[in-house]
Amino acid sequence: MRRRTILAGVAALAAAGAAALWFASAPDRLDPAVIAAAPAGDATRGEHVFWAAGCASCHAAPGVTGEARLRLAGGVALDTPFGRFVAPNVSPHPGDGIGGWSFGDFANALMRGVAPDGRHLYPAFPYTSYARMTIADVADLYAFMRTLPPVEGRAAGHEIGFPYNVRRGLGLWKWLYLTPAPAVTLPEPSPEVARGQYLVEALGHCGECHTPRNFLGGPDRTRWLAGAPAAAGPGRVPGITPGAAQVGGWSEDEIAEYLSSGFTPDFDSAGGAMAEVVLNTAELPDADRNAIAAYLKAVPPVAD
Amino acid sequence: MRLPALVVSAAMLAAATAASADPIADRKADMKERAGLLRVLAPIAQGKADFDAAVVLDALEKLDANAKATDVAVMWAEGTDKGDTKSSPRIWEDMAGFKALADKYEADVAAALAANPQDLATFQNVFGAVAANCGACHQKYRL
Repeated sequence: MRRRTILAGVAALAAAGAAALWFASAPDRLDPAVIAAAPAGDATRGEHVFWAAGCASCHAAPGVTGEARLRLAGGVALDTPFGRFVAPNVSPHPGDGIGGWSFGDFANALMRGVAPDGRHLYPAFPYTSYARMTIADVADLYAFMRTLPPVEGRAAGHEIGFPYNVRRGLGLWKWLYLTPAPAVTLPEPSPEVARGQYLVEALGHCGECHTPRNFLGGPDRTRWLAGAPAAAGPGRVPGITPGAAQVGGWSEDEIAEYLSSGFTPDFDSAGGAMAEVVLNTAELPDADRNAIAAYLKAVPPVAD
Repeated sequence: MRLPALVVSAAMLAAATAASADPIADRKADMKERAGLLRVLAPIAQGKADFDAAVVLDALEKLDANAKATDVAVMWAEGTDKGDTKSSPRIWEDMAGFKALADKYEADVAAALAANPQDLATFQNVFGAVAANCGACHQKYRL
């Protein structure tokens, strides 16, 4: 009798625990009021957001240049310790892309990592950074992406092993790591530094590669932008704080020049994934590149 | 003017053809030489240094000699993908593609030299075509 009571108690506790986990891992969408209150998007401004957010680096076909970078068929693969992530088609194609998505669907994917059907998206899609975007920028980006050519065909699926293929588990990961709060707190930033912070931490998602991750793939914000092993492929991503061995010594002008032409102060030129990034930052106005440089000089120095 | 350039290119040709013991060190030195010449040319193209046709021609001659002396098959020989190198493993998976970009760079440098630019606008035009090769090749083939 007594034993049965204990067993029942244990079972009840386990059920409660499972229910709590299930509840905690549920998709957490944006407040519908925020979506309803969003301003109408402007496609011209949205193109600026598009380049600053680096969308083409993963969602255009690998290695293409020029106009082809606006055909967002997906297909770039990221081979990480958690498996292979393949960027999907985000062109406005109604079936194969995201042509059927409402603005709310788009905003929830970008800022909460939630697909229209409620599934969690993998954080290879940098919604941990985009969570810091303004809803106005999301609206502009949505308007711009509607103007791009629809491309037929779906990209290959992800190849993820257990337990990472259990998407529900991502809800717990998000509970730990998804926050719209700034990555670093800067004392009284100038308007330029504040703009740079937004460009680096939200749109540019620089921290996704330049900040080290723990064993769960969560960013180590105590070592913000301090450099990390490359998540996909061999090599190391350098630190970019004022304490970094190489980039730490660059002037603001030199950083801005690098983001424009790809040339370092030593006239080396950007390689690998960073060469792709420079294709995006080269499209930005000078003021934005200068703002990024000003912010990188303002973050806490960390040796890489 | 001409003679030192010839001597330099002859010496580099000799260096490149001599079966080197250390291709990784050789290709680093090769790229460093390019960077040193860009340090002369790029500020002129950017308007941060004055245009001087003689300085430009001298640097373009050296860049041309360097490009012609760069033998991809020797400097990126089979088996030199391991070690202290930022050369991407993709080079050895796609040697033909890598070689094609090296050839395009060599052709663009030769065209810039042949243009013998006498004014800033002409120089900026041909130099832009040369410099675009750096990023294009590094994007694919450098870590």
